[in-house]
Amino acid sequence: MMRRLEAFFEKLTGRLPIGWLQLVHNKMRFGAALAGVAFADILILMQLGFMGGLVDSIKFPYHQMSADLILSASDMNTLADGGPVPRQRMYEALAVSGVKSASPLYYGKIDWKQPDGTVRTLDTFGIDPARVTFATPEINAQLDVLKLPDMALLDRRTRNVPKAVFQRIDAGQPITFEAKGRTLTVEKLFSIGGGMTTDGYLIVSDQTFLNLFPQRAAGAPNHILLRLDAGVSRDAVAMELRQRLPGYDTAARTIDEAITKDTAYQTTQRPVGIVFGFGVAIGILVGCIIVYQVLSTDVADHIREYATFKAIGYPQSFFLGIVFEEALILAVFGFIPGVIVAMLLYALVSSVTGLPLNMTLVRAISVLIGTMAMCMISGAVATRKLARANPADLF
Amino acid sequence: MIDTADNSLATSTASYPIVVRDLGHWFGEDEARKQVLFDLDFAVDAGKLTVLMGASGSGKTTLLTLMGCLRRVEQGSVMLLGSELHGASEPTLVEKRRHLGFIFQAHNLHDSLTAMQNVRMGLEVHGERAMAHWQDAAAHLLSALGLQERLDYLPAKLSGGQKQRVAVARALVGNPDIVFADEPTAALDKDTGAVVVHMLKQLGRERGTTTVMVTHDNRILELADRIITLEDGRIVDDLRRP
Ligand SMILES: Nc1ncnc2c1ncn2[C@@H]1O[C@H](COP(=O)(O)OP(=O)(O)O)[C@@H](O)[C@H]1O
Ligand SMILES: [Mg+2]
Repeated sequence: MMRRLEAFFEKLTGRLPIGWLQLVHNKMRFGAALAGVAFADILILMQLGFMGGLVDSIKFPYHQMSADLILSASDMNTLADGGPVPRQRMYEALAVSGVKSASPLYYGKIDWKQPDGTVRTLDTFGIDPARVTFATPEINAQLDVLKLPDMALLDRRTRNVPKAVFQRIDAGQPITFEAKGRTLTVEKLFSIGGGMTTDGYLIVSDQTFLNLFPQRAAGAPNHILLRLDAGVSRDAVAMELRQRLPGYDTAARTIDEAITKDTAYQTTQRPVGIVFGFGVAIGILVGCIIVYQVLSTDVADHIREYATFKAIGYPQSFFLGIVFEEALILAVFGFIPGVIVAMLLYALVSSVTGLPLNMTLVRAISVLIGTMAMCMISGAVATRKLARANPADLF
Repeated sequence: MIDTADNSLATSTASYPIVVRDLGHWFGEDEARKQVLFDLDFAVDAGKLTVLMGASGSGKTTLLTLMGCLRRVEQGSVMLLGSELHGASEPTLVEKRRHLGFIFQAHNLHDSLTAMQNVRMGLEVHGERAMAHWQDAAAHLLSALGLQERLDYLPAKLSGGQKQRVAVARALVGNPDIVFADEPTAALDKDTGAVVVHMLKQLGRERGTTTVMVTHDNRILELADRIITLEDGRIVDDLRRP
């Protein structure tokens, strides 16, 4: 195995792979260095995983909407914040050519008390059951049921709810629970999945919603979803709407624009997003320090040998080559266990939290390239120690 | 037996691998600045074994490092294999060193490399063509030095004398034009010392390899073609065997 790798690196470098031989000669140091790089990669991949999970979970509800454009309060950052939009805007929007239909969307949070006393937070959408708001067939099939008071559809991916609850509902036994002083009945399920700010979703009719949130006015939903005629440009209609509707209370966005704004806000303005970004930075820093320590100690330990090679006539580029060879070996060999452990942790975290943590090829490759860059930079700093190799000192 | 050599450089410098003229050298800065070599003038004969002698501190090592492109010539001139070292660029010095072989007091083997791999390092510096039969060349040389059983040993598994012999093989495998050695016999045991010096003399006869060696070892002095004696940075004696 070692011989094979040695031959492989000899092919790769076109010379005796001294960097590789030096690294494997000191197994303790090599192991510690690999563990350090793997640790840094795990840290980075976990942070990116959480960040990716956050971003994905932001997109999910948008992707289920049957809409081309979304009208929201002009100060809206996420689906959950921003003031209500005057219902009148819906009729104004419908008057714009290209707009086919519109549906209001009410948004609120309710707590679902579990038998053990803990609480699940449900992001609750109030929709007009006479109109199509979501594109999901399992929701649209239940619109008639929602017309009955206090009926609700529940997200089957709601976090930390026993599977048995959903199995019961699927088996045709409705469940009921108290919320905001009313008794909600769930006969059917749909599927979105919770994110950083919610455990799951609930869908009710606008009437039920207003009963749950009596302080909310019927004339002011949180968002208005617009569907356009086939072949009409979303951007053009969005532009037209921005001109027609008063900008101080209403903003017209395409769904993609709304997702982009929501994501940018949650990843850069909210503490969670910032913490994850910070975690990535810490991971990179830890990796750099460990790799620098290992490589500079390794250079220092071989100063006499390098001085000898200088005397033999090897140019400076040869020594830089050794250090970079070592840096890249540490990067790749540290990355492999790092990415494997991270994937195991992704699976674990996903199963525990319901957050969508997936290793994407792009993320893995980016982190590998980033690790190589990190190791190369640390290696470059470590090469400053090479200057101490002076062949005149050998005699 | 030994005559006083003629120091005049009437003959063309081209036939001498090393020609030293008015060479001086200082160490230290300002107040601490101290001259250790004074107006040295001599030429080293091709294919011969030249020994440098002198008390400790007389400047032998400094002279060797100047001729060996390991230290910059600051005053005077050293012509090495036809090139002036005074004012030569770093890449030129690096390139020049590839024509030289060094046998240091310490073996300076790389502890992660086997005997064969350490020797290989002396060959690889010459590029791909030199590497064509490197295994044969390295194994042959190590065997000639009595290490045929130790080819794939790491230095940690070799005795002091064996390590020194690997270092000698590393210095010689690239067919250097000049070999510089600084008290190598201090680290070589008695028999190996003789083997190495005989090998150097043989290389001198067969390939014209020139050897400059610092030593006080009587057995080697007997084999020397020329003995230059330094005292406080000056040549005080220069004896050539006829
Ligand atoms: N790197 C150095 N810095 C300052 N002085 C040195 C250095 N190397 C040698 N010297 C001085 O130069 C003189 C000659 O030293 P050296 O060439 O080592 O003599 P030798 O090899 O004959 O013992 C000595 O006085 C020594 O102290
Ligand atoms: Mg000396």
